Amino acid sequence: MSKKKSHMPEILSDPEKHAAATRPEKQRNRNNRIFRGFCVGAAFSSVGMLVLLILTLLGLGVGELTKTFLSNPPDPDPAQAGFFPAIMGSIWLLVLVPLLALPAGVATAIMLEEFTPRKPVLKRIHSLLQLNITNLAGVPSVVYGIIGLTIFVSMFGFAGKSGESMVEWGIRSFDQFYSETDQVLLVPVDGPHAPEAVLTEGLEALTTSGEKVRIHVIGEDAPWPEDEELSLRTLRDYDTPGRVHDRSWYYFRVPFGRGILTGALTLMLVILPVIIIATQEALRAVPYSLREAGWGLGLSRWQTVWRVVFPSALPTVMTGTILAISRAIGEAAPLLMIAGIVFITNPPGNIMDDFTAMPLQIYNWAQRPQQEFHDLAASGIVVLLTILLCFNAIAIIIRNRSNKALS
Amino acid sequence: MRTMKTKTKATMLTALALCTSAGLSQAQSSALQGNVVVDGSSTVYPVSEAAAAAFRKDFPNVNVTIAISGTGGGFKRFVKGETDVSDASRPIKAKEFEEARANGIEFIEVPICLDGLSVIVNPENDWLDQLTVEDIQAIYLEDGTVRSWSDLNPAWPDKPIKVYSPGTDSGTFDYFKEVVVPEGKSFRSDMSTSEDDNVLVTGVAGDKYSIGYFGAAYYFENRDKLKAVPIVNPKTGKAVLPEPENVISGEYAPLSRPLFIYVNSKSLRKPSVRKFLEFYVGRSGEFAEQVDYVSLPDDVIERTHTFVKNRYMGTVYLTPELEKREGSVSELYQIKNLVNTK
Repeated sequence: MSKKKSHMPEILSDPEKHAAATRPEKQRNRNNRIFRGFCVGAAFSSVGMLVLLILTLLGLGVGELTKTFLSNPPDPDPAQAGFFPAIMGSIWLLVLVPLLALPAGVATAIMLEEFTPRKPVLKRIHSLLQLNITNLAGVPSVVYGIIGLTIFVSMFGFAGKSGESMVEWGIRSFDQFYSETDQVLLVPVDGPHAPEAVLTEGLEALTTSGEKVRIHVIGEDAPWPEDEELSLRTLRDYDTPGRVHDRSWYYFRVPFGRGILTGALTLMLVILPVIIIATQEALRAVPYSLREAGWGLGLSRWQTVWRVVFPSALPTVMTGTILAISRAIGEAAPLLMIAGIVFITNPPGNIMDDFTAMPLQIYNWAQRPQQEFHDLAASGIVVLLTILLCFNAIAIIIRNRSNKALS
Repeated sequence: MRTMKTKTKATMLTALALCTSAGLSQAQSSALQGNVVVDGSSTVYPVSEAAAAAFRKDFPNVNVTIAISGTGGGFKRFVKGETDVSDASRPIKAKEFEEARANGIEFIEVPICLDGLSVIVNPENDWLDQLTVEDIQAIYLEDGTVRSWSDLNPAWPDKPIKVYSPGTDSGTFDYFKEVVVPEGKSFRSDMSTSEDDNVLVTGVAGDKYSIGYFGAAYYFENRDKLKAVPIVNPKTGKAVLPEPENVISGEYAPLSRPLFIYVNSKSLRKPSVRKFLEFYVGRSGEFAEQVDYVSLPDDVIERTHTFVKNRYMGTVYLTPELEKREGSVSELYQIKNLVNTK
């Protein structure tokens, strides 16, 4: 109590302010009401905007939200067009981006915040890093697309020509011949870059049913064999093969190409500064006394960070991360730079597969001339929002759980 | 330098697909695997999408992916051999052609359809009945003399013309610029631009004194909100609307343009790409009309079949000295004009 008296608020010590504060009650109450009304109005206008936006979207988009829309690939006929590959692409990103961004971002923040160096040179570097990260948070996302293109897609051109891979795992390659009678014959080859199979009589090949056959080669003008069995394995001598690949789920290549891993890494770059800054703020908010208590009990610096400081900062870190990832999932510009695929029929099967994402597909539909496609874009946005809200809900539940465990 | 490459060996195979009734490939096979990588113009995208979606019904295991990096972005990848097919809303440029040559890439150039650029005004604009290219220049150029409608005709309203244009990155902008802006001049700097043509539709539909231009598909979809201006054909002196029949007959000139696909000849060794190209070119008119573009004249369509069948490689839009060739697609698209990278 005595402390408070010595720092008497100005409102009590200054006679003028005191007089203003003790104006007739009516006037004070009115001011109070006006300010409250202003705050409530501000809050409601933003909520109102959101509600209006969502209602408009629902009005436009729900009509198209059919099973066809959710399970079909894109199509020129709006009634048949679907969103499935884009939904799956975005879900892949939703899993991969946090897995990549969270460890990197949190580790950087802990380094910057908890392990501040003492040597002047290192201090310089430390503040330079800090300045850079703060600046990076303001860089437009399309710039990250260009970075992703240079680093992940082509690896600065060091790892061979762009579009080709230097190393690959988990892939089986075949040379596929397609005969005049629409038969497919697959000749196994050593690797994705093995020389093309030379078409010779008796070359061993697989049919589509996996049966081993020997290829029969005939000339350009020779009559097609009558025998049915022979007809199935006959090719003309001018037939050329195309390389096809059987990729297993763990397929991996360097450089990463334009697959979903590159997409996730690029989005990671977009949100990394945001996660770092959010984590730093969270760590800063942890009372210093907690750290001192840890050290006092004989914990090492790292143990203090890992057992005491980080757990109490976790809820705030999670909040920052959730916001950052919500942003990443809505990004179209960087993805347009690295892949920009909008027509694809299959969802990705491994982390190197081609992909499209919901914002790309929405962007594409929104700029088409036909009104029907604009409606599809609205439906797409409804799906995007729903998936985002579900993701956020799950993340918030996890956050609250961890929060309870701590207390 | 004028070379022409024929592969008689491939002739029969392609002939089989192309020479069936109506040039359709009737083959159906779920056994054919492989992929086709397409990238390029977002203007051509709807046509390629129509082709790919129909192709998928016949060949469900061929994976066609189409990206929209823009004509320039698509060519950048195409000349390195990264893509099989490049969508383009303008012919290949000399610089891109030289890069393809340096990388040993040969290609087949195939016009797919026509697109009439429409100059449009607000429907309440009841005074404007036609424009010449010179009028458009006076309105759109930086040093043009027309800033109000009354500058064009004293009887018209003395109101400033609000000018809309697609964004500078679009092929539509490039093409309009090529036709309207002479060498050494530039567009006026106070145009309202947008990369999304739907924004232009809304802009012109809401402003009585405005003018704009974009691909005809956007006009066909918004006939109730916009009015197309008949453009005077400099050769015949007749003012014509960008209706499909005028575009296909060639009367709607000079604001109609062909759209192309470019196919890497090496990719044609792959059965998946070969089948896709035969399928696409065989039914190009149908796919174009499905997405509000205009089919090519019949004789040009036939020529595209011949070019694909015989693997005629190179471009007709550059001279052997790599100068730009000007002219309509029916005049230029001939074997004697082909210039190949090899």
